[in-house]
Amino acid sequence: MTSTLSTAPRAQLGRADSAPAGQRKAALAWLTVPALFFFLVFAVVPLAGVLILSFTSWDGIGAIGAAGMDNWFSVLADPGLYNALGLTFLIMIFSWLVQTPISLLLGVFTAGSQRYRAALAVLYFLPLLLSSAAVAIAFKALLDPNFGLATGLGLPFLAQDWLGVPHLALGLVIFVIAWQFVPFHTLIYQGGVRQIPKSLYEAAQIDGAGTVKQFFHITLPQLKYTIITSSTLMVVGSLTYFDLIFVLTGGGPGNSTRILALDMYLRGFRANLMGPASVIAVILVIIGLVLALLLQRLGGKDKQGSQLEGL
Amino acid sequence: MSTVLKSDVQEARAASPSGGGPAGLKLSTRLARLNIPGGLGGWIWLAVIILPVYYVVITSLKTQAGYFGQNPLAVPTSPTLENYQMVLEADFATYFLNSAIVTLGSVIPAVLVSFMASFAIVRGSGRFLKLVNGAFLMGLAIPLQATIIPIYLMIIRLNLYDSLLALMLPSIAFAIPLTVLILSNFIRDVPNELFESMRLDGCSEWQTMWRLALPLTRPAIVTVAIYNGLNVWNGFLLPLVLTQSPGLRVLPLGLWTFQGEYSVNIPAVLASVVLSTLPILVLYIIGRRQLLAGLTAGFSK
Repeated sequence: MTSTLSTAPRAQLGRADSAPAGQRKAALAWLTVPALFFFLVFAVVPLAGVLILSFTSWDGIGAIGAAGMDNWFSVLADPGLYNALGLTFLIMIFSWLVQTPISLLLGVFTAGSQRYRAALAVLYFLPLLLSSAAVAIAFKALLDPNFGLATGLGLPFLAQDWLGVPHLALGLVIFVIAWQFVPFHTLIYQGGVRQIPKSLYEAAQIDGAGTVKQFFHITLPQLKYTIITSSTLMVVGSLTYFDLIFVLTGGGPGNSTRILALDMYLRGFRANLMGPASVIAVILVIIGLVLALLLQRLGGKDKQGSQLEGL
Repeated sequence: MSTVLKSDVQEARAASPSGGGPAGLKLSTRLARLNIPGGLGGWIWLAVIILPVYYVVITSLKTQAGYFGQNPLAVPTSPTLENYQMVLEADFATYFLNSAIVTLGSVIPAVLVSFMASFAIVRGSGRFLKLVNGAFLMGLAIPLQATIIPIYLMIIRLNLYDSLLALMLPSIAFAIPLTVLILSNFIRDVPNELFESMRLDGCSEWQTMWRLALPLTRPAIVTVAIYNGLNVWNGFLLPLVLTQSPGLRVLPLGLWTFQGEYSVNIPAVLASVVLSTLPILVLYIIGRRQLLAGLTAGFSK
């Protein structure tokens, strides 16, 4: 809101005494140079590099040789790629389906003013502090059929071979991801809910709308952009659940949790096939970009403008 | 029209929960009633969060015999710190120091350069700055882990393989897009009149940046510093790929190798989990209000 108010006079001012203001503004460009340097060298160059490396053969130590389209043909013909792709999307979709309703409800809940809710919120956010490695190690111990939660709670159905059965391992991965990341998205929704003008609820109350109606007709529509922000972070983030799955299951049992990021790592740094691993990396980048663009489009217009309208 | 909207928002803010006026009170009861499923879910989720944490902490205080003999959720009959002693003897102090160096060495430069870039993007104009901003925004959509293979190659060619600096350089680059986004949102909120009065006082943009924009965006800077700090502190892929010597392990990597070596001694493994989280927990307890409020504001803008 303030940005619309402030751009107008700034533009006028620029016209009023354009020479000095213009110089000042041009000089400002230099301030971006350090950030641009790091970003170009360690993000943009590697991005181009990964595309180039996908057309080479390299074992990670020796010389790099040209390989033409070989890596692409071999990876695209490899059923392992489609397994990894399928798993990546499966985990992405289920993570979204599990995390979004929970985060949304908890966000609305913790946005309330009651003291005990603030106290609960402090505890909710504990998982934010843990590294994926720590979370994975903790859950491995927790799910031990004999000395873990199943025995502790006296719930025999929890005593499964969680890491040994493909569909159980997949379910476990989705659950642990939710455990780790719901707090972060709860925080985003909490912020979103707090920005909804209270006058909307007052008006709805006067109109006699019930609480459920208020939730669906005010809270949800008002949170549209928050939902898009959270979903974008969730979906693009799900491409990078590498560490958690690596420590928790290592991609197993078999290849049943070998998502793309893990597939890339294992091909590149375990099988020493950097070329094919780079092909997987390029596919990851493309998926990330396409998803982000799709979600942007879903939001309609650019984020800045639409958010202003939301207020 | 904008003034009407503005007063609406201000009214709404005035009646916000923390205000506690009559309007706020009525509203909070409304919200409370709205949330019977939310409330129930709230307590269930608390159990889901706390149970694993509780299990990890009490198990880390058990002896091996206690681990095998007692109910897993029972408080240890004879709590012991020997697991912690064992973890400390396994060089966790070194891992801690490495993590601290890498985190500070990444976050301070990342936030500094991002702040300068954000200031330029908000205050300046022109095609170049727009392009830079667009590039950073695009960086948000790219899963930067996918660049790990070329980064590995570059780090080898730069003769930085197996050094802490190798972890810092990509960490700085990865942190820049989101940091710039959040900081520029906050700098945009600084009233233009303040910038104008600085200009009329004869301050250069450089002085304005340090004397006006920096103090006014301090909360946002602290927030992004904490957020990036958590990411770097907990990072796993970069250290896994770019370092090798045990003496250069950071905490998550040390944790992983420790659980590989001591997989039979679960209490010791869980003690290492607790110990690696402890420093962050202390920071969280000190700065939680700042962190939570800052993250909320940063991401819901």
